[in-house]
Amino acid sequence: MSVLAIVSLKNGQPTKGGLEAASYAAAYAKSLGTDAVALISGSIDGDGGLGATGVQRVLVHAGGITDSSQWAKLGAAAGLEIGADATVISHDHFGRAVGPRMAVRIGAGMVSGVTALPKSGLVRKNVFSGKAMADVAVKQAKAVYSVTPNAFGIASDGGVATTESFDAEVGAVREQVVSFHAASEDGQVPLPEADLVVSAGRGLKGPENWGIVEDLAQALGATTACSRPVSDIGWRPHHEHVGQTGITIRPNLYIAAGISGAIQHLAGVNQSKVIVVINTDPEAPFFKAADYGIVGDAFEVLPRLTAAVRALNS
Amino acid sequence: MKILVCVSQAPDTTSRIAFTEGGKVFESSGVQYIVNPYDEWYALVRGIELKESLGGSVTTVTVGSAACDPVIRKALAIGADDAVRLDVDPTDAMQVASLIAGYATDKGFDLILCGKETIDHNGSIVPAMVAEMMDWPFIALASKLEVNGRVASVQRESAGGTESVEVSLPLVLSAAKGMAEQRIPNMRGIMSARSKPLLVESGQAEPATEVQEFTLPPPKGACKIIPAEQAEELIRLLREEAKVI
Ligand SMILES: Cc1cc2nc3c(=O)[nH]c(=O)nc-3n(C[C@H](O)[C@H](O)[C@H](O)COP(=O)(O)OP(=O)(O)OC[C@H]3O[C@@H](n4cnc5c(N)ncnc54)[C@H](O)[C@@H]3O)c2cc1C
Ligand SMILES: Nc1ncnc2c1ncn2[C@@H]1O[C@H](COP(=O)(O)O)[C@@H](O)[C@H]1O
Repeated sequence: MSVLAIVSLKNGQPTKGGLEAASYAAAYAKSLGTDAVALISGSIDGDGGLGATGVQRVLVHAGGITDSSQWAKLGAAAGLEIGADATVISHDHFGRAVGPRMAVRIGAGMVSGVTALPKSGLVRKNVFSGKAMADVAVKQAKAVYSVTPNAFGIASDGGVATTESFDAEVGAVREQVVSFHAASEDGQVPLPEADLVVSAGRGLKGPENWGIVEDLAQALGATTACSRPVSDIGWRPHHEHVGQTGITIRPNLYIAAGISGAIQHLAGVNQSKVIVVINTDPEAPFFKAADYGIVGDAFEVLPRLTAAVRALNS
Repeated sequence: MKILVCVSQAPDTTSRIAFTEGGKVFESSGVQYIVNPYDEWYALVRGIELKESLGGSVTTVTVGSAACDPVIRKALAIGADDAVRLDVDPTDAMQVASLIAGYATDKGFDLILCGKETIDHNGSIVPAMVAEMMDWPFIALASKLEVNGRVASVQRESAGGTESVEVSLPLVLSAAKGMAEQRIPNMRGIMSARSKPLLVESGQAEPATEVQEFTLPPPKGACKIIPAEQAEELIRLLREEAKVI
């Protein structure tokens, strides 16, 4: 028995989600007294930082595949090779395609979006958009877990992993990636991966006022987000929309200015570790979900916060 | 274009979340059920748009008891042609996927459109399982879908941006924001939905996982209010107390 981590690459390096999956696999393997093995497709420098997460071996498939059906076949073959009962993958577009396919292929039970290690046969995940948690039992001998972004963290105290080449029959390509468009040209961390997020809503009154939001984000090294009406009316790009019908995020810090805190908005952000709310209305529902609040005008408060961050950094 | 849209019901987002039987069962009394938003706003509407431009049909499939019928009628009112309900009250994604794949096999569908996830279980598992069971290609979190002959051009969310992917049909995909705009059913749609076919089939499939217990998160501590004139104090607290910056 060992634990397999399936790790996707971007520009020759493991993705953040891939490193989180490897860290989770390594910690779980350790709790079982066994080894964790990572599987990649493509090429990396050395062990690509995977050893540091606690993984002992990296199986390198040279093909650089992206097709979800090919990945499921590759993952199933690797699992068989190392005798894995548990497979761990990221809960992003990659894991949501490959994880369930692999579960079907190997007859495993799958629990998606886990937030903690399995314990006594149960694993925890968030349900009802973060309004409740479920402890789930897998009824099959094998399990596939996908790890919620930012829930588990990336370990860095491991060693160096050995790499070995691995090949398997993966079948034909049917999904062909033709191009990639970066969400932002200004080098911001993409929203689903961001640790720090500064977000604003209709209280900002118009797109011309977003400079104060961007300034604070830039000072903090944070990514900008917005409420749904703001992206619907075109004040901000669609990819910034967080909430029930937009992106779900889980940063360490979420600062919300001029957002009322409607339940559909909260559904996308209430798993943030620390929430700060800035609103002129002391009765705004968002304060109930916040850790820190400032009752005040965003047009005055945001620049003061930016100045304070810059003072701290200099 | 023969299109199947997977439609599930979900508790309205404003529902009170509570559990009974020692945390095992969701308390559904007094809960208003809606069409799972990703299924309705994105998958179903895009399916109907494709049918309108390319011809063909849109069938919806739902795994669930008769309690799902109002939600299925809503999907018909929005513009699906007919509906199938597989009469099993499911507890797990593997079970739902087996029933859907079992139904869809050999029916000649070109596309199976799902939502990104159900807003109660937040699984995001069923769609890719259906794809694997059918041995079809699959794209998760698709925000755009165009079909040209037997090739679909799809955009999907990916780390740091969007990817354009070309995929051969038949295809399963899960739809996210951007795929289509919400449609409100009009009176004619609502009237005609009453007489559209809703076929009920029995079925059987085993779940692969089981929820042992639901729990509510611990209540959030009180919000610490910082006076607006001392906004700088917030930054100090974020660094020294919360340790997040
Ligand atoms: C099915 C469904 C799905 C939805 N999905 C989403 C979703 O994914 N994401 C989402 O965000 N919404 C979603 N919504 C919409 C949601 O219900 C709210 O309407 C929306 O979040 C409100 O946006 P807002 O807070 O920016 O605007 P408002 O509700 O108009 O709030 C503006 C806030 O700014 C404050 N304010 C005004 N001036 C200032 C100032 N100078 N300084 C500081 N504060 C100020 C006001 O007091 C107010 O609280 C959804 C709705 C439905 C029905
Ligand atoms: N009971 C169900 N009946 C029909 N479709 C479903 C059902 N459950 C899930 N789906 C489809 O699969 C998608 C993802 O669901 P899930 O994997 O449960 O998050 C949903 O958005 C639906 O399109």
